[in-house]
Amino acid sequence: MTRVRIPPTLREQTGGQRELVAEGDTVRDLLDDLMSRFPALEDQLPFANVYLEGEDVRTLDGLDTEVNPGSTVILLPAMAGG
Amino acid sequence: MPSYRKLLQQVRAEISELDAERARELIDGGEPVVVDVREQDEWDEGHIPGAVHIPRGHLESRIERAAPDPSRRVLLYCSAGNRSAFAAKTLEEMGYEDVASLAGGFTDWKRNGYPVELQSGLDAPRRARYSRHLLIPEVGEQGQLKLLESKVLLIGAGGLGSPASLYLAAAGVGRLGIVDADVVDESERILADGWDVIVDGADNFPTRYLVNDASIWHDIPVVHGSIYRFEGQVTVFKPGVGPCYRCLFPTPPPPELAPSCAEGGVLGVLPGVIGSLQANEALKLALGIGEPLIGRLLLFDALSAEFNEVKLRRDPDCPVCGEHPTITEYIDYVQFCAGTREPA
Ligand SMILES: [Zn+2]
Repeated sequence: MTRVRIPPTLREQTGGQRELVAEGDTVRDLLDDLMSRFPALEDQLPFANVYLEGEDVRTLDGLDTEVNPGSTVILLPAMAGG
Repeated sequence: MPSYRKLLQQVRAEISELDAERARELIDGGEPVVVDVREQDEWDEGHIPGAVHIPRGHLESRIERAAPDPSRRVLLYCSAGNRSAFAAKTLEEMGYEDVASLAGGFTDWKRNGYPVELQSGLDAPRRARYSRHLLIPEVGEQGQLKLLESKVLLIGAGGLGSPASLYLAAAGVGRLGIVDADVVDESERILADGWDVIVDGADNFPTRYLVNDASIWHDIPVVHGSIYRFEGQVTVFKPGVGPCYRCLFPTPPPPELAPSCAEGGVLGVLPGVIGSLQANEALKLALGIGEPLIGRLLLFDALSAEFNEVKLRRDPDCPVCGEHPTITEYIDYVQFCAGTREPA
């Protein structure tokens, strides 16, 4: 299991939860798991950056990046608010 | 014989003294730490270039900061060589191994026609106003003068810009520009104005992308801050050193997926926290101190009162700051951000 931090812009799609637990061996599996439980995320997730242990997965193996159990994932969409 | 004379004579016999010519040779060789032990007004009227100013009354408490290595040669001077003689004696007692006093002092130095540094130091009212800064070794008089000469441009005069401008003005930033509303039309003229730092607190994506592109073309670091509901983000985009906003978010989310604070709300105190953090980064950049948030995005969650940090990396394929840029002049940013294009 992996803890996934949900940013405020995505909380309406996750019933207000700030953190979710997801299952999967890769980043893609984790996101699929989340989207199957919270289908409204589907539109948003493609625009969110994904950080595994503080590293942007684009600099790792992207969606194929392997995820070790117990690690922390942060989803980060752009926010323009000022 | 008055006791002062006697004491001075005794001290001068115990310490080593150098004449102006020999002192200049050593200074030109870059060897000694040169310490001016005179008072502020004397220092302001001119001093030996490269010297550190420590008034005699503060010598014991401040010398270690200026000369941490007791084996390194220290050359002290005052106006005539008397106060510096006593100061030399003190430093020897503190364990400094190689201390000398400039015989004849600064008066003799000037008489020889040697170089004198005259700086537009802080006047008395400014010295009083920025006294708390002057006490910080990393800022001090030189740093405060830097701040007074610095130029910071704030984008957005809303939630983030207000607290940021308050603290930047209080810190003595010499020129503060504030741009609100439609920066897009006049950006070229405004941004070409030689700013040292841009503080981006805009409330919309078109302005954010515009500021980013302009900052790269004009080589100006941007302190980025953004807020929504209970969460804030802060980072520093420094052209040529770290990633830019487009490296982080190549494509803006479609408007319907990215509500603004006006649409989604924001906790009233959050801009105070994030705007103040932006001011902090801007001051560090202007002073050239500390470790700015370059390549690091700081996340603040007001509900859990937690800070998180993620790493940001440069994208070699970035269309603006990458190796082969494809965007080299202003585009239609409103259209760019309105597009329902696919994410990159
Ligand atoms: Zn870039």
